[in-house]
Amino acid sequence: MAKKRTTKKSPGRKKAPAKTSAKKPATKSKSVAERDERTSARLTTLADGIVKSAMSGREPKVEVPTRSAGNTKWNKSRGILQMGSGTQERQLFNLGQARKFMQTLLHGEGIKKLIGEGKTQSLRGMYYQGLHDIMGTKEKTFNDQTESDAILEDLEVTIGALREELHVFAKKRGTMVGNITVIDSGDTIDCRRMGSGGYAIPSICEPDVIQFDSVEADFVLHVEKDTVWQRFNEDKFWRDYNCILTEGSGQPTRGVRRMLHRLNKEHGLPIICLLDCDPWGHYIYSVIKQGSISLAFESERLAIPEAKFMGIRSSDYQRCDLSDDVKITLNDRDITRAKQIAEYPWFADNKPWQKEIQGMLKNGFKMEVEGLITKDISYVTETYVPERLAAEDWLG
Amino acid sequence: MAKKSSSKARATAETMAAKQRDISVSEFFAKNRHLLGFDNPRKALLTTIKEAVDNALDACEEAGILPDIEVKIEEITPPPSPQKAGRYRVTVTDNGPGIVRRQVENIFGKLLYGSKFHRLKMSRGQQGIGISAAGMYGLMTTGKPMVIHTRPKKNKPAHHIELAMDTTKNVPEVTIDVETDDFPQTSSGTGTRVSLVLEARYARGKTSVEAYLEQTAIANPHTQITFIPPDKADEDPELEGEPTDEDTEPEQAESGDIVRTEEHADRIVYPRTIGELPPETEEIKPHPYGVELGNFLRMLKATDEKQLGGFFKREFCRVTPAVVSDITKAASSKGKSFTGQSWIKNIDHAAAEKIYAALQDAKLRSPPTDCLAPIGVRQMLAGMLKGVQAEFYTASTRSPAVYRGNPFQIEAAVAYGGDLPGDQQARIIRFANRVPLLYQQSACCAFKSVVETGWKNYGLSQPRGGAPVGPLVVMIHMASVWVPFTSESKEAIADYDEIRKEMTLALKECGRKLGAYIRRRQRMKREGERRDVFERYIGEIAKSCTALTGVDTAELYDNLMKQAKRRTEIADAKLDEEGKFIKDDDGRLAKDDDVIIVRDGQIANPKDEPKAETEAKPAKRSTPASGKKTAKKKVVKKVKKKRSPAKAGLFEG
Repeated sequence: MAKKRTTKKSPGRKKAPAKTSAKKPATKSKSVAERDERTSARLTTLADGIVKSAMSGREPKVEVPTRSAGNTKWNKSRGILQMGSGTQERQLFNLGQARKFMQTLLHGEGIKKLIGEGKTQSLRGMYYQGLHDIMGTKEKTFNDQTESDAILEDLEVTIGALREELHVFAKKRGTMVGNITVIDSGDTIDCRRMGSGGYAIPSICEPDVIQFDSVEADFVLHVEKDTVWQRFNEDKFWRDYNCILTEGSGQPTRGVRRMLHRLNKEHGLPIICLLDCDPWGHYIYSVIKQGSISLAFESERLAIPEAKFMGIRSSDYQRCDLSDDVKITLNDRDITRAKQIAEYPWFADNKPWQKEIQGMLKNGFKMEVEGLITKDISYVTETYVPERLAAEDWLG
Repeated sequence: MAKKSSSKARATAETMAAKQRDISVSEFFAKNRHLLGFDNPRKALLTTIKEAVDNALDACEEAGILPDIEVKIEEITPPPSPQKAGRYRVTVTDNGPGIVRRQVENIFGKLLYGSKFHRLKMSRGQQGIGISAAGMYGLMTTGKPMVIHTRPKKNKPAHHIELAMDTTKNVPEVTIDVETDDFPQTSSGTGTRVSLVLEARYARGKTSVEAYLEQTAIANPHTQITFIPPDKADEDPELEGEPTDEDTEPEQAESGDIVRTEEHADRIVYPRTIGELPPETEEIKPHPYGVELGNFLRMLKATDEKQLGGFFKREFCRVTPAVVSDITKAASSKGKSFTGQSWIKNIDHAAAEKIYAALQDAKLRSPPTDCLAPIGVRQMLAGMLKGVQAEFYTASTRSPAVYRGNPFQIEAAVAYGGDLPGDQQARIIRFANRVPLLYQQSACCAFKSVVETGWKNYGLSQPRGGAPVGPLVVMIHMASVWVPFTSESKEAIADYDEIRKEMTLALKECGRKLGAYIRRRQRMKREGERRDVFERYIGEIAKSCTALTGVDTAELYDNLMKQAKRRTEIADAKLDEEGKFIKDDDGRLAKDDDVIIVRDGQIANPKDEPKAETEAKPAKRSTPASGKKTAKKKVVKKVKKKRSPAKAGLFEG
């Protein structure tokens, strides 16, 4: 179909930009400068509160918004999950919290430094940046990266700044290819010419890092895993059907979700998901559509209420006349999780979805997208998806 | 028995009769010495000393003399190899009332002769076997007679008697009988010294002479014991030079000093820590519930009384005339009716059995309990303090109870912490009428009660079906007019439900106090650890805050540290303003009269001496009423003593 060419890039330079984003503080836009200033000020306010308490003999503490299912509200009219107003106190003089309290401040200090120097840092980098022996002991400030990552998420919600505003990014995960050109940190990347590997979606997909150019695709097809994505890319599905092909390696990262969100909001592209027929596939769709519990505070800029679920549907076993080989029996955990998902408020009054989950439970088995290979290697790209697209039969 | 019409009859009634004759008790013993605790050379030494010391203590107490006892072991022939027996001379000297000349042979030379068997009275010895059995053992193994010095009258020469024994006839033979001046000047002026040579083995350990004396000292804090072991006896101790005046008697010190066992170059001294004798005990008549039918019949036959009423009144306790009329009515039948006036000679076997049954069914009051003299809480604590180096001591005395018609009383004490080994099972020391029981621990009711008690509730670990593990010494004492031993060698208390229940209750009382103490310790430790945690992080936090706000690091640090200290103040309880160690007041626990806490070699919660009260009514020392009174007195004094009143409130909440 459309084969518009944009600037040519040497393959060697393609991967570099994604890794070192925001390399040029000199070109920092005015809005970015303001944003950094705001983040710095919030960190200072946080520390000021602690210092004041300490100096007046009151208990130093930090209010951290709670990131749990209990504090997640389902905004039905907007179709997204939002964080409630619940907070937890993090106290210094509490044996279970003292260490986290210290770590929160340590990362606060680290982020202020990053902002001051105009650099960004990976989650792993943040872990190493904050890591040292506590004075006079053999205790490390962080035991592992998980501990550090959780503190950063806490810090995001505490001072109400996003991860990128903290100058922190995650390991990139997820791939993109299709009829679109992306300008990533000033480098133009033609996603039509990405070979077999595709364009790695960066962790930060904010407009100051990523801009879109010549978005020619009609829609986005998001698949669950890299293996499926490879099939579609090899068959050049995106060329034939004029779309953008993305994958999120399982549960998509914030970067992938932000990319999808922007393509949907800024260019009106429908997001169509091809995921496994199992509770985990269902939940990936739910996160893309409504947002997740732990990142409910970011739903506004990540959730895509218009996203569609194409399949695999529980009825496909019969409709496509699949063999028994595709059946994977549901185990107890799958069943529990499916029932749990069915009870989430954002699924509870969605009749088609209730029917879908019940259908899967009734089947007693789950199916993976790869299972379609039992029909034919390219069954999924040549028959299954085209048929579904033509039928426009999806769950919303 | 005789075989019927058999040509090869092995024996006839006549030939058998020719062989049948009396068995002398002494002869029986000679063959069955293990029954009395002379199974092996090592145990023989212990049993010999035990019998001699028990007798000495009983005699001193009956005569109202504070006992001063010296035990000396001399090695005559060393054991040829460590496993074999050597020859030892054992000499036990007391300051008791002495023995009148004519009784010496009977007491020391005759088995089953004594004052203690026929009466129901709390005393160490019971059967009258002990010391004479030791003498017989010595005679059998070495051929040496027992040497006795005794001075029953002050300022008169002592008797020197040497005794051998005819084991076939159970008759003592006096070989030497002279008067002598060679007798140490004891504190009382009178006294007895017994000296035996026997085949034995001297060793240290859990069942050694030393352990026995140490435990005796714990249960008898009114006694001073000097022990001269064989490896030290050669150093020619100047016994006569021993200062024994009453003035230097170590009273339980009020200042918090602890009187401990003293190890000298040539002797070990277990000093007296309580300057008063245990109260004298009353002898009681048997309670009907404790008398078996055969015994009852024998008593009926032997009594001097002519009528039933008189018989019951004279021979039993708690059988009132009203009870007598009830019993006789119950035992009466159509043909025969009995009353209190019935003549005893007219009562045949069947009638006696009926009366006995009625007696067992009758509702009788429990036997009197003034016949018991418990060691007492204060005395047990003093004893434990002397013999066990721990940091926490508590003791408890139960009210008297009854098993099979015999009154008894259980006491328990525990010592915890300090230098005691923390990774071993608790050491359990058992006493019956103040006598340590060293052997057959697992067969003993006291051990079973320790196992039965749930020590986990009190913060100790306890393997299933075992004694608790931890730095713990458990002491259990049973006082009774008749302690039910499992065997003649008096090594383990029989397992009666009533006894076990009382023991468990006493242990629980101690356990609760111990648990409170352990939890307190743990809390203080936790607070200390908490502060450590805070202190560790405060430095980091101050640094980060400086980077974020520009605040002065040192100032913030100081402020946070101040707060950390305030919030973990409890950990500071033992530090005063200069950071020096002072006594933690240990909260309410320290105010309890039955608790002693030792810190830095001092009693952290010294008690007032309730002297006046104790002397007036020694037997009621440990009743709850008087306990409370002293506790109140304590509180008043404590408040005055307190250095910083602000800290006093810390533990109340």
